[in-house]
Amino acid sequence: MQNKLNVAILGSGNIGTDLLIKVLRSPYLKCTWFIGRNLSSPGMRKASSLGVNISDRSIDAIIDNPTCCDLVFDATTASYHKKNAPVFKNLGIKAIDMTPSQVGEMCVPSINLKDCLASLNVNMITCGGQTAIPVAYSISRVQSGIKYIEIVSSISSRSAGPGTRANIDEYVENSESGLSQMTGCQNVKAILNLNPAIPCIDSQSSIFVSVDHPNMDVITESVATMVKQMINYVPGYELIVPPLYENGRIAAMVKVRGLGDFLPQYAGNLDIINCAAITLAEAYAKEKLG
Amino acid sequence: MKKITISDPTLRDGSHAIKHQLTVKQVSDYCAAIDKAGVPIVEVGHGNGIGASSIQVGLSRESDVKLLEAARKHLTNAKLGVHCIPGFATIKKHIKPALDIGVDIVRCACHCTEADTTRNHITFVREQGKQAFGVLMMSHMAPADVLVEEAMKMESYGAEAVIIMDSAGALLPDKVETVIGRLCDTLNVQVGYHGHNNLGMGVGNSIVAAKAGATIIDGTARCFGAGAGNTQLEILVPVLEKLGYETGIDLYRLLDAADLAEKELVQSIPRVRSISVVSGLAGVFSGFTSHVERISKQYGVDPRDVFFRLGKRGIVAGQEDMIIEEAYKLHQEKTG
Repeated sequence: MQNKLNVAILGSGNIGTDLLIKVLRSPYLKCTWFIGRNLSSPGMRKASSLGVNISDRSIDAIIDNPTCCDLVFDATTASYHKKNAPVFKNLGIKAIDMTPSQVGEMCVPSINLKDCLASLNVNMITCGGQTAIPVAYSISRVQSGIKYIEIVSSISSRSAGPGTRANIDEYVENSESGLSQMTGCQNVKAILNLNPAIPCIDSQSSIFVSVDHPNMDVITESVATMVKQMINYVPGYELIVPPLYENGRIAAMVKVRGLGDFLPQYAGNLDIINCAAITLAEAYAKEKLG
Repeated sequence: MKKITISDPTLRDGSHAIKHQLTVKQVSDYCAAIDKAGVPIVEVGHGNGIGASSIQVGLSRESDVKLLEAARKHLTNAKLGVHCIPGFATIKKHIKPALDIGVDIVRCACHCTEADTTRNHITFVREQGKQAFGVLMMSHMAPADVLVEEAMKMESYGAEAVIIMDSAGALLPDKVETVIGRLCDTLNVQVGYHGHNNLGMGVGNSIVAAKAGATIIDGTARCFGAGAGNTQLEILVPVLEKLGYETGIDLYRLLDAADLAEKELVQSIPRVRSISVVSGLAGVFSGFTSHVERISKQYGVDPRDVFFRLGKRGIVAGQEDMIIEEAYKLHQEKTG
């Protein structure tokens, strides 16, 4: 009797490789294939050293072996996912999309995990989205009259691979879509900063909310409750500046220290989007395997 | 005679000095005046470029579109330029509309080690048949070798010039000479320099850059710009001419435009205040100054401490939110 869900990981960059390490730890998921394009990339070598089945045939590996998995994590790029999505759909493989492609249903596990279980294609928004949207959502739930929400994320240059860099516009657009959808606020902006400092900076996000006369006590409590929920699946999630009202806006800041799986702990941005994807995949596995 | 192209970001960098509150009338009046002087490139917009209006770096009074339309209407000979930082601005939402208005030059900028974030943007602008420059900001934070490598990436994407920006006013003449010299030896496209005055080096560094081979130099009227202000345009131009460079600019009309800027745009003429010296020494972006002062006051902490802590962390332009974190932490340490 099978007690783990078969998953494949497509894309052997920072995200894909970090995901692999998390899948290998999961009691509900089994990585049947780790797929990239180049057998000598650091991610492929890592996977090989861990004894994982690897392929350099990209999406063709799945097309030729459609029964290799029930679920695929697509950690390529937004433009590749747009091409891959119909392939997965036709093969009946559930896709968790790690790219900012805007194809599938957007998911932040602490906000709408259950609503996404039935979707065949789920989008994990962006690392900054997974970090900042929960705080913005927890404010929007208890405060009316919000005029504008802005989220600003800073990540270490080392943690931003070529895919992330090529998708910087898509990052901004997808973060803004996710933020709008989850909070119901149409007037939003997302900003991304890469910082090259050595030692590497920790990944962090700021959330700004424009509103007159906020009820700060209620907001503070709502944010604190959300932070507790986040820590359940992202252990390194931390509120470093609690909500404060300054210059006509609420400001709050969160930081994410990673688990140090593939990249060191500063790369909390990898960790949070991957922890979110694993949480979703495990919930799906539990449902499917009973 | 050696030619220098002057690029004037008075209506862009100057926005920092007035918290991005430029009006359509101010843009129209200055553009008309500077166009008459024969300045070949005029940059317009929010201090951090198109698409940057935000709580993070400051909300604009007028939209990019309105300011650019006004500028376009009043520039006959000068090319209209914009500054554009990927991560703030996107092709779809900001570059495309700017080109539709008639922007001629998009200066795609990034922190000096992150050139590959500008690839799509530079490529797009070139595909539209417009000019794209690459801008390496905060260039004091990387050694010459790295700057050369990053500039070469921008050239490979199609940038027709690469500008070295001393965003914190922290560069000293020796490094300017080395960096510009190395870039001119390596690149096949024009090299430019954009100076700030925090350590009193604006005009001086620009002359060093020109001598080392830079052919595009930025300057603003009355230093109108972030923090201690920029290289002063109406000094830069005659000094270059005196040294034998040709700028094609009419001195009297330039001086008239600078007078108009003082009267119509500038609230207080940028000068090297004590806090500007600290910003330059700490190597933190000049544009942080008004935010650091406001937030430090709110938390009852010394803005100089905040600047030095930001510098120690290697905070780059665009990370203005870190001011809140550092001021908050200082306040917590003070009050226990």
